[in-house]
Amino acid sequence: MIPAHRVSPFWIILGLVATGYLGFWFAMLAATAAYTSPGEVMEVLLSREIRYATLLSLFTCTVSALLSAAVAVPVGYLMSRRRFPGHAFVDAALDIPIVLPPMVVGICLLIFFQTRAGGLLEQAIPLTYTVGGVIVAQFVIAAAFAIRTMRNVFDHLSPRPEQVALTLGATPAQAFRHVTLPAARGGIFAAASVAWARSLGEFGPILVFAGATRMKTEVLPTSVWLAWSVGELEQGVAVSLLMIAISMIVLVAVKMTGERV
Amino acid sequence: MIRLENIAWAPPGKGRATILDGVSFEVPSASYAVLMGRTGSGKTSLLEILCGLRAPISGTVWIDEREVTSLSPGERGIGYVPQDGALFPTLTVRQQIGFGLRMRGVPAPEIEARVLEAANRVGVSALLDRTPPGLSGGERQRVALARALVVKPSVLLLDEPLASVDEETQDDLMDLLQKTQREHRITVLHVTHSRREAVGLGEWHLQLEGGRVLVKNIGI
Repeated sequence: MIPAHRVSPFWIILGLVATGYLGFWFAMLAATAAYTSPGEVMEVLLSREIRYATLLSLFTCTVSALLSAAVAVPVGYLMSRRRFPGHAFVDAALDIPIVLPPMVVGICLLIFFQTRAGGLLEQAIPLTYTVGGVIVAQFVIAAAFAIRTMRNVFDHLSPRPEQVALTLGATPAQAFRHVTLPAARGGIFAAASVAWARSLGEFGPILVFAGATRMKTEVLPTSVWLAWSVGELEQGVAVSLLMIAISMIVLVAVKMTGERV
Repeated sequence: MIRLENIAWAPPGKGRATILDGVSFEVPSASYAVLMGRTGSGKTSLLEILCGLRAPISGTVWIDEREVTSLSPGERGIGYVPQDGALFPTLTVRQQIGFGLRMRGVPAPEIEARVLEAANRVGVSALLDRTPPGLSGGERQRVALARALVVKPSVLLLDEPLASVDEETQDDLMDLLQKTQREHRITVLHVTHSRREAVGLGEWHLQLEGGRVLVKNIGI
């Protein structure tokens, strides 16, 4: 007869900490969901302003996620594979948007686009207080998260196959294109998803740089803030529930692909 | 022929100890040399310098009377098989073996013919449509060998190619390596920890110790 397996108190304590933390989160989500009725939620979500904010959020998050992935793949690969003078400094600098308060990022954006260089850019593509500005405000922060993700992906992929490709006559670009990039597909999707989810929740820099104009630069976090600021709690809760649902879908997608990286 | 002259190398970073300190040796054409040494003695670094994947601090590398020290890995005329085969993770066996030919712009019908021939030689013709996750350790090494040989290198560099397979598979692969070397009249430098492999395969035995090749003799 197999003796009963006794679980160490150590693991029980760790399990209690995890359960307590997750329980707190689920309690908050459940309370939020119970605050309003499904009918009220649907009514809010189908309103013209919120439909606009939802579509604008989906559009700007997708563009900023694609831009973030386009920057994260080459930068993540460079940081993972090459050591150069100042590597540690560049590595730290890439994390600045992660640690800066989001509102500060918005102020920096606004001030930059008042400079001569920023003004030239603004003449080519108007960004301040426009939909383009929403995308830029999301991108500057989301890209930092995507770069960190891609660097981890490349760190986990052995450089040996690329080296073999070089001995077989491939250039470094061909080795990257034919060997590394296909192997990193799942990671690229995960990085883009992280950037997308981060963009969805972005608020501070959008408020400062793109404004919070209804039917123009209003995205979902802005809708929550606008509703809250005028005391329309049901509307704020309904939009919050929509954002929670979208975040859950992205999380599941990242988990499913992340495990294949 | 492989010839190294006064090769020195140290890991990047200030104050790091020199791993290779004036390494010089020569492996004659169409012979099988085995390089042994302790873990961390610099065997893999030496092989990477031969491949052109690392630049030495000083010294020169010669392959078949041609100084290749400053040439890129693809211009050296070498075949390289790392420890675990380092197969390309998403490519089929057919694509793996044909990779070098494709990079050299060989026409597709010729690639197919040469891939089939190379796969037959190493006994992987039944695996052509598989990808690396579906291959055993021995199969991976056979594919890696075919991939290196299909571009007809004059020198074959093997980094512990039998380290991750069982003893029976090791015997099969040792036979295959010996047969391949004789058929292709290729110069082989085989890095290993195993005395069994060294005795079974090496015409030349090299020992890397204290940053230098200390022992060099012909056969045992």
